[in-house]
Amino acid sequence: MIALCAEPLALEPLIAAVRDDGHGAIVTFLGVTRVTSNGDPRPVAALEYEAYAALALREMEAIAAEAHARFGPLRIAIAHRTGRVDLGEPSVAIAVGTPHRPQAFAACAFAIDALKARVEIWKNECYADGATAWRPNAEAAP
Amino acid sequence: MDVRVLAFARLRELFGFGERNITCAAGATLEDLWSELAAQSGEAQALRASTRFARNGALAPGTTELCDGDEVALLPPVGGG
Repeated sequence: MIALCAEPLALEPLIAAVRDDGHGAIVTFLGVTRVTSNGDPRPVAALEYEAYAALALREMEAIAAEAHARFGPLRIAIAHRTGRVDLGEPSVAIAVGTPHRPQAFAACAFAIDALKARVEIWKNECYADGATAWRPNAEAAP
Repeated sequence: MDVRVLAFARLRELFGFGERNITCAAGATLEDLWSELAAQSGEAQALRASTRFARNGALAPGTTELCDGDEVALLPPVGGG
């Protein structure tokens, strides 16, 4: 399951998508809107995400395939929000199922790190004072 | 020739469109298209070094020649997660 989603994210559908009788571990990750932005003193009220869907979905599929090649056998689900994500709400959800837990932890960490560096999604920080600023990831490719 | 141009994030705001048909001279490259779009915006020009191009869904260098009907995307540094 690889998805861009305009509605609030929940982990349960991702967990269901990676469940397997041969798997003893499911590791999940939620990225949520934080009140502080790196290097900016203004409190954050929300993040607004936009995506180039065709490329973003293909890159997320590529990350899932790479996770499988490095840490598999596994099942992985990745979903990312578009639109406005308020403080405390999730913007990205990942679930990884594997036979044993070390591979699930490693693959989940790999997937979120790769997503932040590579996937064609952008975020506009919306501050409590009404100002906004597009904020690239430190991990983004130059 | 006409190309379909997609602009995202700050570039969308600076250029004033998310998606638009633009007419280019025959033989124009991605870099030529960018120069024309960014001509009126010092901020956009300053973002060139951090901007990547995609042509028909695949990343492409600025030297790539455009063809009629191409879809071009202007991609700022990503910010997902």
